[in-house]
Amino acid sequence: MGMTYVQKLLAKVCGRAQVAVGDVLEPEVRLAMSHENGALVINQFLEIFQGTGRQATVWDPDRIAIIFDHRIPAESSKTAGNQKKIREFVGRQGIKKFHDIRGDTGGICHQLLPENGYVRPGGVVVGTDSHTTTHGALGAFSFGIGATEMASVWALGRILNVEVPAAIKVTAAGKFPKHVYPKDLILHLIGGLSAEGANYKVLEFHGDAIRRMPTSGRLALCNMSVEAGATSGLVPPDAETRRYLREEAGVKDTLDIFGPDPDAVYDQVIEIDVSKLEPQIACPHTVDNVKPIGEVAGKKLHQIVIGSCTNGRLDDLEIAAKILKGRRVADGTRMLVFPASWRIYHKAMDLGVIQALSRAGAVVCNPGCGPCLGVHQGALADNEVALATTNRNFKGRMGNPKAEVYLCSPATAAASAITGVITDPRRNIKTKRLKKGELKI
Amino acid sequence: MANIKVVLKLGDDVSTDIIYPGRFMATVLPAETPQFAFADNAEFNRKLKAKEIPPESAMIAGKNFGCGSSREQAVSCLKGYEFCVVARNIARIFLQSAINLGLNIVICPAIEAAEGDELEIADGKVFNRTSGKSFQAEPLPKARQAIIDAGGLIPYTRKLLTAKGAKNSK
Repeated sequence: MGMTYVQKLLAKVCGRAQVAVGDVLEPEVRLAMSHENGALVINQFLEIFQGTGRQATVWDPDRIAIIFDHRIPAESSKTAGNQKKIREFVGRQGIKKFHDIRGDTGGICHQLLPENGYVRPGGVVVGTDSHTTTHGALGAFSFGIGATEMASVWALGRILNVEVPAAIKVTAAGKFPKHVYPKDLILHLIGGLSAEGANYKVLEFHGDAIRRMPTSGRLALCNMSVEAGATSGLVPPDAETRRYLREEAGVKDTLDIFGPDPDAVYDQVIEIDVSKLEPQIACPHTVDNVKPIGEVAGKKLHQIVIGSCTNGRLDDLEIAAKILKGRRVADGTRMLVFPASWRIYHKAMDLGVIQALSRAGAVVCNPGCGPCLGVHQGALADNEVALATTNRNFKGRMGNPKAEVYLCSPATAAASAITGVITDPRRNIKTKRLKKGELKI
Repeated sequence: MANIKVVLKLGDDVSTDIIYPGRFMATVLPAETPQFAFADNAEFNRKLKAKEIPPESAMIAGKNFGCGSSREQAVSCLKGYEFCVVARNIARIFLQSAINLGLNIVICPAIEAAEGDELEIADGKVFNRTSGKSFQAEPLPKARQAIIDAGGLIPYTRKLLTAKGAKNSK
């Protein structure tokens, strides 16, 4: 019987000819990623070794990545203490894939892993972050785990009790209409599946719309797969995967590129014609509360956020800058921009993107998780409404349970920043353009 | 387990942001997390901290309990009060972390109970003594039993690590 992509991947990693859905495996881990919650992983890891008479040493420092992104620069002495603890541990253990708070090599973990070539097709990647699903965009079986589970991985080099998941095949065909993006596709898909529709399963993406989609868009799709409950989103690797890894991530070694069997058995098949998609909005307070933009247009907004591990990539910022260039963010609305990495930030500066956003009135912050999870910056006041390109709109997510968060694409966020209300980016937005000479890019 | 009182009734899709809001995530140590359990539910949080809720009380949840962020604080804060979580189903990362930390969880797809009800949990069934109705519980994944038997993932990993002939895989 044919195998899905994740079945073939796990069979290869575990040295088996065949694996079936539900088989329990203990695959070796290619990469184990943590961020600031590495402080808890360290605590649990040291506890494992207590009383064993053994020195607490990680199984392979080259397969561990630690990236500071959730609270940078530290917002409190407590966070600074956690970061210090991690920094010392990283030094002692010889972990080199460590990204500190720096304006050259820093950024969000789910961007730094791809852009530094830490992820390859065909391996198992785990992270103490639920959006670790992102890296399925490069053909890795990549999923989020808890901190204690990670401590066990650091000790053993393998992850215990992985059940081979069933797969839902998502075929996306056609060409995206103007101002409609991969974010709209994934929101539409989550709305249809529900927040638990893919629980304990993976989403496997196929179709000509995926084949044509650049890696940045695929990363957004896989990033948000977890919002339908999926263990991972997966794009079987192809020519674009190879191009990205070679040209953008500087990977030189041999790549293991394979696809699912033609007679693979899927739990469910979903077909989407992207040419018929409209801009989508996820409404409070669940990500599956998705509506076409027409149903919520006109909603007054206090804060716009563009960025995050979902939509803080160069093309996302470019889309926003094109819409905002020469215009200004509406009075009574504030706009925050969080590029996903400093590499992206620098490229965006070279292209004039940062300047265009800033001159339009956006506050361009340092790359990091920012206001997405309400721990650091950009908190909302009672009864305020935010529109964000981030991935979650749970009650309290942006730091206040009495506020509301709507989710959308960068194009919708930028168009809405101009008007101060939820606005369809396909609409011809009539605002006063800045006079000639007012904008120098 | 007998005479477990239901102290909190929750709906579907209760995320880890609800159980342990993100703004308290700088607190990581399991002994320190219980103070922030359900922090945005001020009254319930106050009762917990005032020890007005006895250990081994139950919370009833709908589908997809513990969805969202992988933050383990959402598990350790409930473990600190020795809660029993009875849910219609549980999101993947939360379920595994609950097993790893030894939080008492029961998956009971048809559970019906209200705050104040008393439950008995035994032999794969949840019996609501107040309503007189009995509900079938789902067994936890069989492969996890070894972790539960060892008292959690830390002792289990320690056992694997120190087992004769064990070596790290590279």
